[in-house]
This record gives sequence, C-alpha cells and structure tokens, in this order.
Amino acid sequence: MGLIDKGRMPAPLTKLFNISRSYSLWVYQWGLACCAIEMGAAFASPRYDVMRLGVIPLPASPRQADFVCVSGTVTDKMAPAVKRLWEQMPEPKYAISMGSCANCGGPYWDSYSVTKGIDQIIPIDVYVPGCPPRPEALLEGIVLLQQRIKNEDMQAKWQGDPFTTLQATRAAERGELSAGDSTGETTHDISTDPQPIPERNRPEPIVVGGGPIE
Amino acid sequence: MTMMSDRQQLSYIASQAADARLNVELETEGMTLNIGPQHPATHGTLRIIARLDGEQVIWAEPVAGYMHRGYEKLTEVRTFPQVTTLINRIDWLGSFANEVPFILAAEKLMEIEAPPRAQVIRTILFELSRIANVSLFLGDLGVQMGAVTPVFLAFRDREYVLNLIEGATGGRFHPNFDRIGGLKDDLPKGWIDETKQVMKKLIGFCDENENLLFGNEIFQSRMRGIGVIPADIAKEYGLSGANLRASGVDYDLRRDQDIALSYDLADWKVWTHPDGDSWARCWIRLQETRESCKIVLQLLDQIPAGPIMTKVPRIIKVPEGEAYVSTENPLGEMGYYVASKGGLGPFRVKIRSASFSNMSITPWVLKGVYVPDIVTILASLYFILGDIDR
Ligand code: SF4
Repeated sequence: MGLIDKGRMPAPLTKLFNISRSYSLWVYQWGLACCAIEMGAAFASPRYDVMRLGVIPLPASPRQADFVCVSGTVTDKMAPAVKRLWEQMPEPKYAISMGSCANCGGPYWDSYSVTKGIDQIIPIDVYVPGCPPRPEALLEGIVLLQQRIKNEDMQAKWQGDPFTTLQATRAAERGELSAGDSTGETTHDISTDPQPIPERNRPEPIVVGGGPIE
Repeated sequence: MTMMSDRQQLSYIASQAADARLNVELETEGMTLNIGPQHPATHGTLRIIARLDGEQVIWAEPVAGYMHRGYEKLTEVRTFPQVTTLINRIDWLGSFANEVPFILAAEKLMEIEAPPRAQVIRTILFELSRIANVSLFLGDLGVQMGAVTPVFLAFRDREYVLNLIEGATGGRFHPNFDRIGGLKDDLPKGWIDETKQVMKKLIGFCDENENLLFGNEIFQSRMRGIGVIPADIAKEYGLSGANLRASGVDYDLRRDQDIALSYDLADWKVWTHPDGDSWARCWIRLQETRESCKIVLQLLDQIPAGPIMTKVPRIIKVPEGEAYVSTENPLGEMGYYVASKGGLGPFRVKIRSASFSNMSITPWVLKGVYVPDIVTILASLYFILGDIDR
C-alpha cells in the first residue's frame, strides 16, 4: 500500500478499495459475558446469519481480524488483555462495543471490579446499547460500521489522521471548509487523558438507534 | 478408586498402560501451557495453567476472577426488588432460574407464599430457562471437537424457547419477571398452545442431536472413558447437577426438596449414569432436556386459575432474619443465603453457585489427561463464567 502512504489515491480507486473492505470484514469475537451469547446468536444462528452482510466471524487470532466486537463486562482484571489484543490487530482496525457493560459499566456502574466503559482503553467506532442488545441491534451496528468504512478517506487513515470522510477531504481541497471542522471531530487531548490512546485519535462515535450510549 | 464401575476400571487401566508405554518410549521435557483467558473452549474467560510432560498434563490449575463483577457487594446497596435485576445475570444462559431461589428466600423471610398459579408458571419458566441453557450446551459440544453443525441447530431451536420467554416476560434474555409474592404478569393469550408446539420441536432437537453427535464414533472415542470422576470424589468436591448424577449419585433438588415449586405435579424421572466420564455427563444433560420438555408439557395442562400475586406491601421491607434456599438450576445446585436487618435491601447475600464447585474439580480431573482432552473435559463439566466468578 505504498501508493496510499505517499501520494493521493484517485477517488474511484479509494471507493473501490473501501467497498471491498466493507464487505469482507473479518471479526474477532471478544465475547466476555451475557452479551457474548447474543453475539453468538447474531453470528452463528441461522435466523440472524451475519455472513449475508459480508462479515466473516471466524478468525482464530486477532492478527487476522479487521474489527473486534467487544461484548460484555470488561473487568479490571481483563482490561489489560483487551488492550493487548487491540494492539495486536493490524491497521486498519475498528471496534464495536456491544452492551451497556462494555459501553459504560451497565448494571455494574457502582461495582468495584468492573471497568466502566471499554472506551477508556481502546477507541470505539460503534456503540450498541442494550442489556443485552438484540442480535438485530448488533447487525445494525455492523451495517453502520460498513457505511463508515465506505466513506472513509484511506489516505488520511494510513497517515494516522483521525477519521475523515472522503467527501470532507475533497471539500477541504477545494477550499470550501477545513478538514478539521468537517469531520465534527472531538479533539482528543492526550496530555489530560488518564489512559492516552496512541496512534489514532478518538473517532466520532456512532450509536445504534441514536441517543446516549447507555 | 474403590467405587469405580467395571467400565471405569477398564478405561482407567487402559490409560495407565498407555502412560507406561509413553514413559518408556520417550524422554520428555516439562513445559507450561497457558490456556485462556480468552479461549473458545473455556466458555468465556476462564484461564487454565497446565504443566505438561510431553502431551500429558501433570498439573493444572484454573485461574478464576476475570469475570468477577462483585454481585455480593452490589446486592448490599440495592433494594430487594432491584436485586433480581442483578442476579439475573449470574448464569446468563438460564436467567430466570437465577431469580427463583433468591425470591423464595425473601418469601421465606417474609413468611408469604406465591399463589398456586404463580408457582406453576414459575416452574414452567424455570424449566424453559433450563432448556434454553442446556440446548446451547448440546450444540456447543460439537464445536469443541470441530463439528460446527450442532451449534447451528442449537441456536435455531433455542430461538423458539427464547421467543416463548420473551412472549411471557418481555425479556428475551434477562426476564426479571419474578416478584416477591408472585409474578409480574399473567401469561399472554395463546402462549400455552405455542409452548406445546415448541416443546415438541425441542424433543425433536434432542433426537436429532442424539443421532448426529452421540451416535458419532469420533465423539464417542473422544468422550468415553475420558475424565472419569468416581462418585466419592464427586461428592467430596461438592459437585452438583448433571455432573454429580453422571457419577451415579441419585440426587436432584427438584425431587428431594420440599419447595414452593410444582415439580410434584408432573411425572418425571431423575437420570443417572454409572460411568462418570465425559460422555455420561453429556448424555445426562441430553436426557434432562427431554425430561424438562416433558415436565413443561405436563404442567401446561395443570395451570390452576386464580391470582398471580399475593398481597404484598407497596414498599417491600423484609423482616429481620436469615434464610437459605437452593434449587436445582441448569448448572447444578444454586443457593442464596440472605441475611436481612429489616431494611429495604438485604444486609448480606451469599451466593452458592454451582459452577464454582464444579470448576474446583478441574485440577483433580485434568491430572494425567492428554492435551486435546482438556477441551472436551472442560466442555463436559459445563460451567458458565458468570456463575464461577459472580
Ligand atoms: S450489558 Fe447486560 S447483558 Fe450485556 S454483559 Fe452487561 S449485564 Fe450482561
């Protein structure tokens, strides 16, 4: 992918790449608690059948995966393992947080051993709220992630910039508006964050069904 | 090793002979293998540390705590009706079954009892959650040995049961339906007929699974005579549920205990198996799923008319005292020791969960087995991580 690193990608080529990427997503299932069973239902049951969306739920190792689906309660004992897994995944990588527990702590919001929100550790692209979310909600989350990937500017991503849509980059080049404004990016100040997220800034999260992430 | 059956002894001797051969043939070097905390065979986040001699495990230890969510502490800051929301999520595959012993303990302290109609419906939902739980186990069994088809079948048929639970309670996964003094709602229209049809489907699923998996030669050779637990060892380690009955101990709290659930209305059988190996444990669970379907079918015709809720005060205060109630949950004996000081919430709740005791036998049973058998033995012991770590 040296072409992408160095210079500009022609827009049609980027589109082509993006479409192919969005329909061959290999997902690593990081199932931790109750939500893992609903994730299993979405991925393995004939009723929901995730493969028709172009998602392959089989990689045995995070190193083969395009996105990780963290579903369930992340405890403080587990959190380092989640972070390590995330670091082992190759770029470009995405993360879906499934269930209230992974989003914000859920029913264990006052527990002493639960990490309140996996987004303290890894950057999350799509939040699926619910306790547990129905498998349909997870499928919607995956569709939303695919839409994000389709519009993504790969060049910016490869250079480690925050998530930028293709349209925004083109508009910025035409001088209409600056790329920073157009993404609606929440600027992430690494110096004040307790656990800084390196390599990549926090993307604007997508929440299935809108509303708050709980 | 005194209480072994003939077949157990034979398999034991065979494995000893194999070990002896191996030791003569090869000089091997020790190695430590770490399995988990995220591994498909551990049903969640159990971690096993095994020291190996060649292909043989000489020492193994489970590391629990990756799913510890602090239930016992959290219950102290919740009110009694709020606690059911939490404890639903202990054994997440059979959620409704978790609520029942706690509610019964609270009712025991308040000296009230649910009306007969509520008791029968409770029992039906209890058994439905058992079916939802164990059917997934039966599907998952194949995956441990590389057969993927059974898991699709299990998820297919489990959806029907989840639909029923959702129809009655409103919650597909975590119903939170049991109340102190009865149930939240009555059954919806047409639910009974639908349940009858689904139960017939589920019995069909059991037959299918038996043909597909239990009759399979590879399955049998991976399971028969592997991971033998004799009855006295099983009792010493406090095993319960199907794991205990597979070792030949005839003990089922549904039958042996006088409790406010209507198991005596139905005609059913407690299955035991003399072998105590992995195969027996799986076979017992298969038979129990069938038996649960039969219990549900019989109870559906016997739901009495009447209210579903006794009179309880609007704000529930449980009088001072202590009570312990345990029931036969899908995974084994699950009990709650509830201590109340007369307040809105419990003073202390001690949870006796089945999986924790069932898992405690892993160092004993994994000693001397071969590495591929770790997976099948763990699968056949069947624990759920939320139930271990709580
Ligand atoms: S969000 Fe709810 S269902 Fe999901 S893991 Fe947490 S408690 Fe379980």
